[in-house]
Amino acid sequence: MRARDIPFSAWIGIFGIAIAFLAAVFAPLLAPYGETEIVGSVWEPMGGAFFFGTDNLGRDILSRLIYGARTTLFVALAATVISFSLGIFLSFTAAVSRGIIDLTFSRFNDLMMSIPTLIFALVVLAVLPQNLLILILVMAVLDSTRVYRLGRAVALDVAVMEFVEAARLRGEGKMWIIFREILPNTLSPLLAEFGLRFAFAILFLSTLSFLGLGIQPPSADWGGMVKDNKDGIIFGISAALVPGTAIAVIAVCVNLVVDWLLRRTSSLKGGRGDA
Amino acid sequence: MPELLSVKNLKIEATSYPPGEPPKRVTLVDGVSFDLQKGKVLGLIGESGAGKSTIGLSALAYGRGGAEITGGEVLLDGSDILKLGKSGIRSVRGARVCYVAQSAAAAFNPSHRLGDQVVEASLHHGLMTAEEARKRANYLFRVLGLPNPDTFGDRYPHQVSGGQLQRAMTAMALCPNPELIVFDEPTTALDVTTQIDVLAAIKHAIEETHTAALYITHDLAVVAQISDDIMVLRHGKTVEYGTAQQIIEAPQEEYTRALVNVRQAQRSEAADQSIPQLTVENVTAGYPNGFKVLFDVSLHVPKGQTLAIVGESGSGKSTLARVITGLLPPLAGNVIFDGKPLPPALKDRSRDELRRIQLIYQMADTAMNPRQTVRDIIGRPLTFYFGLRGEAKTARVKELLEEIEMGTGFIDRYPAELSGGQKQRVAIARALAAKPELILCDEPTSALDPLVAEGILKLLMRLQEETQVSYMFITHDIAIVRAIADSVAVMHRGRLVRFGPKSKVLSPPFDDYTDLLLKSVPEMELGWLEKVLTTRRMESAGN
Repeated sequence: MRARDIPFSAWIGIFGIAIAFLAAVFAPLLAPYGETEIVGSVWEPMGGAFFFGTDNLGRDILSRLIYGARTTLFVALAATVISFSLGIFLSFTAAVSRGIIDLTFSRFNDLMMSIPTLIFALVVLAVLPQNLLILILVMAVLDSTRVYRLGRAVALDVAVMEFVEAARLRGEGKMWIIFREILPNTLSPLLAEFGLRFAFAILFLSTLSFLGLGIQPPSADWGGMVKDNKDGIIFGISAALVPGTAIAVIAVCVNLVVDWLLRRTSSLKGGRGDA
Repeated sequence: MPELLSVKNLKIEATSYPPGEPPKRVTLVDGVSFDLQKGKVLGLIGESGAGKSTIGLSALAYGRGGAEITGGEVLLDGSDILKLGKSGIRSVRGARVCYVAQSAAAAFNPSHRLGDQVVEASLHHGLMTAEEARKRANYLFRVLGLPNPDTFGDRYPHQVSGGQLQRAMTAMALCPNPELIVFDEPTTALDVTTQIDVLAAIKHAIEETHTAALYITHDLAVVAQISDDIMVLRHGKTVEYGTAQQIIEAPQEEYTRALVNVRQAQRSEAADQSIPQLTVENVTAGYPNGFKVLFDVSLHVPKGQTLAIVGESGSGKSTLARVITGLLPPLAGNVIFDGKPLPPALKDRSRDELRRIQLIYQMADTAMNPRQTVRDIIGRPLTFYFGLRGEAKTARVKELLEEIEMGTGFIDRYPAELSGGQKQRVAIARALAAKPELILCDEPTSALDPLVAEGILKLLMRLQEETQVSYMFITHDIAIVRAIADSVAVMHRGRLVRFGPKSKVLSPPFDDYTDLLLKSVPEMELGWLEKVLTTRRMESAGN
C-alpha cells in the first residue's frame, strides 16, 4: 500500500480524524484553559481572548471542545468496537451453526430490537450505577442488535459457498470457518456499517448526554455541550453550533475513510498487497 | 449472390480497470472480416475470451460491458449499421437482426407469459398485428417441435423445461421474420440428450424460414452440424476461416487441428477391477422434506482406478458425491471405504477419514476463498492434516505447484489472478495436499475450454499413475469417459442404469437410456446430426 494510492477524499478524512485524536491525546497541552475553569463572563462572542467564545457558565468553549474530544471519541469508539465484536461473533456463529442456535440468537435479537433503543437505554442507565464502563457497555449491547442483523444476512450468503463447504469437508472447526473463511469475505458491508455505526454512536452518546444520562457534568463532551448552550440559540448566540459542527465534521471524516476502505475491499482482486 | 452481412476489418476495444494500476485499453477483437449470404449459417468458434460473443453482438451494433466498436464496418444489406443513430439502430435490432442468448432461463422475464414475450418485438416494431403475430408464434412453436404449439404461449417460463425454453427463445428471434439471427451458445447449458433436439429444431427452423445465422459456440462438433462456413477465433483474431468441410476435414492451422483432434484420447481399462477402494451399498438418499433423489444405488470404485459416473442433470450423480462425503447422510444403505464402513454424517468422521477422501468441484471459482493466496489455499490442508508449518510447508506447497505443472511463481497470487484452468489446477493441488486415497471429481472440466480441459484430464491421469489415487469422476461427457475411465456407472433419474467395466458398459446390447445417451454425443463429423435423426425416425417408424 502506497500513500499516493490513497484518494484525496480519504486524505481529508484521515486528516480530520488525526486532528481529533491528537486533540484528545494532548488535551492538557493544547487547551488554553482548564476543562471546568470559569474564565470569563457568560456567552462571550467568538474572537478576542476566547477563540470560540465562552459557554453558558463562562467556560472557554475551545478548551472544552478539546477535552470533550477525549470522552466523546473514546466512548463512541469503544462502544462501536465492542458492539461489532459481539454482533459479528454471535451472528456468524448463528449463520454457521443454523438450527436451534440460530433460532435462539435471532429471536432474542428480535426481542431486543422490538424495544425502542433510547427508551431501553434510559431505563437501564437510570437503574445501573452511573459510570463510563456501564455507559459504554449499554451502548454497545444495544447497537450490536443492528450489527447482528447485518452480520447474519451477509454471513449466510457466504456460508453456502463451496469454499466453506470445502473447509467443512476438511474437518475445520467453527472458529476457523468464521474468522478465516467468512469474515474476510464479508468485510466490505461490515466496514461500511462500522463507519455509519461510529457516527451513530457519537450521536447516541450526545443524545444521552443531552438527556442527562450520558457523560456527567462538569466533564465535557460534545453532545453535552450542545445541551448546555442550547438556550443561547434563542438569543442568537452560536455557542451550541460549535460542538454540533464538530460532531458533523468527525462523522463525515470517518465516512470518507470508510468509503475508501470499502472501495479497496470490495474488489476481490484488490487483495493484493493489503494482506 | 449479394452479401447479407459483411463485416470488414472489425476492431473492438474496451477499457479495463486493473486494481492498483491506471486504466488501460484492451483490444478484444482485431481485424476480423467475414461475409454471410442469405440463408447461410456461419459458425464462430473459439475458447472463452476469443471475442466470439463480442463479434456476434457487433452484428446488432452493440457493445457489452463497455466494449466499443472502434474500427471497421458492419454492412447489413450494403449499409453500415455502425453509422446509424440511436433510433436508426433501434429499427434494426429485434426486427432485422435478432439475438438468442446462452441462458434462456435468465433471458426470459419470469413474470410474463412466453407467448407475449415471443411476439413483443414484432408488435413493438409494428411489423404485424397482434393476431398475425400470435399465429406466426404458434406456427414457429410447431416448426420447433414444441408440445401443444397452440397453447404453449400461455405458459410461464418456469413451467417449461430448459430445452423448451431455449426453443421458445429461438421462436422469439424468428418471429419478426429477421434477415439475420445471432445464436450465442444456445445449447451449451443443455444436456446432450436435450441439445440434439434443440439443434435439430434450430436447423429445421433456419431451413424453413431462409434466414441467415451467426452461430457462436466453443464446441466444434456442434458447429459442424449446423454451419456452412466456420471461422476459428483466438485472442480476438481470425485463426482460420473456411467452409465447414474444409475446417473439419482439412484444417490448415495448428490450433484448428488441435481443436478437431481434442478428446480423441482413449484409455484402455485396467484388467483387474475387483479390489474396491470405496463401495456404495444399496444407498437411498433424499432431503428432509421427503423428496428422494437416489434409489437403491450400489457400485464400487476400484482401487487405484477411475470410476466414471455419467448422467444428465437431475440424475442424482452429484447427490451421490454428497452422500459419500457425508454432507448428506443416506436414508438407507452403507458407504464402505477401504473395507470399513464410514460414519454416515460428516461430523462423526475422524480427521483421518476426512483426509482420505477429497473433493474437486466443478467451479473452481467458488471452491476457493477469494481472499486467500495460493499459498494459503494449498498450505492449509498441510497444516491441518500433517502439522506442517513455516519452511517445511512452503517447500511442500512449491513441490505441489510443480506437480500440477504451474511453477512456484504463482504461490502468492489470489484466485482472481489466475485463469480458469490454473484455478482448477490449484484446486487439484489442494486435494492432493491431503494425500488422499480417493478423489471425487464433480465435473471438474465442464466449465473449461476443450484444450484446457484436456490438459486437466492428462494431469489427473498422470497423478493417478504416480500416486495410485482412485477417482470417482462425475461427468455428462461420454468423450471424457472414454478417455479416462476404467469402469462406468450410468445414472438416470436417481437410479443406476448400468454399471461395470468400461468395455462392457459402452458396448451393445444397450438399454434404451444408455443408447440414447451415447447416440446424442455430437461427433466431429459432417452430417452426423442428419444421420442420427434418420435412424431415430426409422426406429420410431419400426416401432
